[in-house]
Amino acid sequence: MTKAISVAGLHKSFGRTHALDGLDLAVEEGEVHGFLGPNGAGKSTTIRILLGLLRADRGAAVLLGGDPWRDAVTLHRRLAYVPGDVTLWRNLSGGEAIDLLGRLRGGLDEARRRQLLERFELDPTKKGRAYSKGNRQKVALVAAFASDVDLLILDEPTSGLDPLMEEVFRECVREERDRGRTVLLSSHILGEVEALCDRVSIIRGGRTVETGSLGELRHLTRTSVTAELAGRADGLGGLPGVHDLEVRGDHVRLQVDTDKLDAVLRRLGETGVRSLTSTPPTLEELFLRHYENGPDGPDGPADPAAPAVATGALAADAEARR
Amino acid sequence: MNALTGTGTLTRLALRRDRVMIPAWVVPIALLVASTASAFGGLYDTPEERAGVAASTAGNGSLRALYGPVFDTGIGGLTAWRMMAFGSALAGLMAILLVVRHTREEEEAGRLELVGAGAVGRRAPLAAALVTGFGASLLLGLLVTLALLGQGTRGAVAFGIAFAGAGCSFAAVAAVAAQLTESARAARGISGAVLGLAFLTRAVGDAGSGTLTWLSPLGWAENIRPFADERWWVAALFAVWAAGLVTVAHALVARRDIDASLLPPRPGPAAAGRRLRTAQGLAWRLQRGSLWGWTAGFAVGGAALGGLADGAADLVRDNERLADVMRDMGGASGLVDSYLASMTGVMGMIAAIYAVQAVLRLQGEENSGRAEPVLATGVGRVRWAAGHALLAFAGSVLLMAVSGFTMGLGYGATTGDTAGQIGRLTGAGLVQLPAVWFVAAVALLLYGAAPKAARASWGVASLTLATGLYGPALRLSPWVMDLSVFTHLPKVPSADVTVAPLAVLTVLALALAALGLAALRRRDITA
Ligand SMILES: Nc1ncnc2c1ncn2[C@@H]1O[C@H](COP(=O)(O)OP(=O)(O)OP(=O)(O)O)[C@@H](O)[C@H]1O
Ligand SMILES: [Mg+2]
Repeated sequence: MTKAISVAGLHKSFGRTHALDGLDLAVEEGEVHGFLGPNGAGKSTTIRILLGLLRADRGAAVLLGGDPWRDAVTLHRRLAYVPGDVTLWRNLSGGEAIDLLGRLRGGLDEARRRQLLERFELDPTKKGRAYSKGNRQKVALVAAFASDVDLLILDEPTSGLDPLMEEVFRECVREERDRGRTVLLSSHILGEVEALCDRVSIIRGGRTVETGSLGELRHLTRTSVTAELAGRADGLGGLPGVHDLEVRGDHVRLQVDTDKLDAVLRRLGETGVRSLTSTPPTLEELFLRHYENGPDGPDGPADPAAPAVATGALAADAEARR
Repeated sequence: MNALTGTGTLTRLALRRDRVMIPAWVVPIALLVASTASAFGGLYDTPEERAGVAASTAGNGSLRALYGPVFDTGIGGLTAWRMMAFGSALAGLMAILLVVRHTREEEEAGRLELVGAGAVGRRAPLAAALVTGFGASLLLGLLVTLALLGQGTRGAVAFGIAFAGAGCSFAAVAAVAAQLTESARAARGISGAVLGLAFLTRAVGDAGSGTLTWLSPLGWAENIRPFADERWWVAALFAVWAAGLVTVAHALVARRDIDASLLPPRPGPAAAGRRLRTAQGLAWRLQRGSLWGWTAGFAVGGAALGGLADGAADLVRDNERLADVMRDMGGASGLVDSYLASMTGVMGMIAAIYAVQAVLRLQGEENSGRAEPVLATGVGRVRWAAGHALLAFAGSVLLMAVSGFTMGLGYGATTGDTAGQIGRLTGAGLVQLPAVWFVAAVALLLYGAAPKAARASWGVASLTLATGLYGPALRLSPWVMDLSVFTHLPKVPSADVTVAPLAVLTVLALALAALGLAALRRRDITA
C-alpha cells in the first residue's frame, strides 16, 4: 500500500510554544485514520501544515506524493478540508458557500450535493449568520463530501452535531472509505473513532506516542483480572507487568499488561482457580492512559492543567456513552 | 431578579473594553474644535473679515447647506458655524458605533447569551450600552466645553451641550435599530442612514427657509446657537427625543427573544450564481456592497464640492491669509481652480481610506478563519489576496472618476460649461490615483509582511488626510507635508499635469504591492 500522508520528525514553534516536537504520522491510502490527542497536543497544527497554511520549522511531510507547502494549489484540488469551527460569510447563503467551496476545489457532484442536503437536513437558503454552530458545520461537511477528491482532512468535524447527524456523518465517512478515499479524522469522540477508524495515531505534547490499529493498541494496555483461588497464590507480585495487586485471603485482584497476561494465568492455574473474570481494557482506559501518562512533552510537567482537562473531557465523554 | 440587574457590572465591562476607543473618538474631535478656533483667530483677525464670512454665507445657499448659517461673527460664533454640523454628526456616529457594539454585535457574537445566562436582567445589556453611549457623548461635550472656555463660558457650555445632545440622540436611534435587525452591520446601516437623513434634512432646511432644520437633531445642535443668543430650551428637544426612543427600545427588548429581530432575515439563494466561482468572484461579492456605498458618497460629495466652488472662492477672495492657505493646498492659478484642486486632493485622500479598508478585508478574512477553507482549495494565496487588492485598486479608480465627474457637473452647472468642466475635473480626479494606490500598496505590504502591524495602515491613511486638510492652515513645515504622498502630486486642475511624479508613484505602488504578495506567500496563515 502507498501512503496518502507521511510525516516524519515534524517541528513547529509559535514563539516560545513548541506546538510540534518531532511528530510522525503515516496514513495509508484508502484507510480512515483517527488522529487523537489532548487539547493543545498539536493536531490542528499538523493539519494546517499538511494544508500548506503553516510552514514546518523542520521535518518532512509528504501529502499525496507532493510537498504540502510547495505544491499546495495542485494538491488542494485533490483534497477537501473541514475545520472544527466553521465560520461562514454572513451575507452568503449556505448553498452559495457550498457551491463556492466546491467550485474552488474544481467542481462538485450535483446529485450528491442534493442528497447530502437532504440527509443532513440542511436548509441551504439561510444566510451565514443565521446558522447555528451545528448547521455551519454541516455546510462545510456537505461541501467536502460532495467534492470528488482523494483525501478528506477532517479536524473535529462533528463538534456541535446532534446524535442523529453524528450518525449521518458516520455513514458518509463509511461511504467515502468504500469508494477508496482516504480520511484523516481528528476527533475527541471515542465512539466515533472506534466506529470509523482503521488505525489511529495518538499524539501528545507535539509527539506521536502510539500508532496502530485499535486491536494492536489494545494489546499494549492492561487487562484487569479478578480470581478466587484454591489456595494462596505466591509470587504474583514478582511477575513482570503486574500492577495494583490486591490479595485478600483467596481473593486476588490485579492489573496486568496485556502482553504479559500469559504468565499470570499460568501461575494462577498452578494454584488452582475457582472462578476468574478477566476484563479487556476499554477504549476509554486505553486513551486515558495515553492522555495521562504519555511521555512528558512540553505540555507535561510545565502545564499540568492541560492533561487534566483532557481527562475530564474524555471522562465526560465516556460517561455520555454509557 | 429585576430586569435591570447587572447593568452596573455590564457598564464597567463595556467601559473597560472601550478604554481606548472612547478617548480615540472624543479627544481628536475636541482637538479639532480647539484647533479650528485657534486657526480662525489667526485667519480672520479683524471684524471686517469676519463680517465678510457672514455675508458670503448669507448669500450662498450651498455654503449654508454644508455648514449651516452664521449666527454670530465672533471667533466662537464662526467656530460654531464651521464645526457644528460636522462635529455633531461625528458625535452621533461615535454614539451609534458604541451602542451597536455593545448590543447587537455582542448578541451576534453569542457573547450576550453567555452574559444573559448569568445573573443579569434582560434589559441590562441595552441599559449598559446606553449608559456607555450617553457617557461618551457627555464626556465629548465636557471636553469641547473645556476646549472653548477661552471664547466665553456661556457659549462653550452651549457648544458642549449641542455635541452631547447630538451624541445622545443617535445613541438612542442605535438602541432601537439594534432591536430591529439580526446583524450588527444592518443595525449600523439603519442608524447611519438615519444620521445621513438628519444631515440632509438640516442641509436642505439651512439652504432654504430653515423650517426643515427643526426636524433634525443636528439642526437642534446648531440652533442652540452657541456664542450667539444661546437658546437653552432647545436642549429639551434632545431629551424628549432620546427618552422617547429609549422607551421604544426597551419595549422592543421586552417583546423579543435573544438573537431574534423584528425585521425577519431574508433567505438567500439555495445555490450559487454563475459568477461566484473564483476567488475574485468571492472578493467582489464580499466587497461590492461597500463599494456601491462609497461610490454613492463620492458622487454626492463631488457634486456638493463642485457646486460650492464659486461660493468658496468668494469666501476666500477678501482674505489674504486664507487665500494663501488655499494656494498652498491647491496651487497658484485662479482661486476657484485652487479650490477645485485642493478638494480633488481631499477626495483622493478619502479614496485612500477606502482602499485601505478594501485591502484590510484580507486580514478580516484571515483572522475570522474564513480564509482558511478557501486557501485549502485550489486557490493560491496570491490569487486570493489579489482578488481583494484588485477591488482596492480598481475601486479607487471608480471612486475618483465618479467624484471628478459629479464635481464637474456641480461646478459646470454654475458656470454653464458643463462638458468642459466634467472632462477637466474627471482628469484631475484620476491624477490622484498613483497616491491612492501607493497608500493601498503600503497596506498590502504591511498585511503581507507584518500582519500584526497591518492596522497601522489606517494611521497612514488618516494622517495623510489630516496633513492634507489641516497642514496648510496650521502652516506645517514643508518636510512634514512631504511625508504625505499627496503633496507630491501635481495640483491639477490649477497646475499642469507632470508625468514624472505620477509614473514614479505608480511604479513604487506596484513594487510595494508585489513585495506584499511575495511576503504573504512565505508566511504562516493563522486563524
Ligand atoms: N497561531 C498560533 N500562535 C501561537 N500558538 C499557537 C498557534 N496555533 C497553535 N498554537 C499552540 O500550539 C499548540 C498546539 O495547538 P493545536 O491547535 O495544534 O492543538 P490541538 O491538538 O488541535 O488541540 P484541540 O484538541 O484543542 O483542538 C497549543 O499549545 C497552541 O496554544
Ligand atoms: Mg484543534
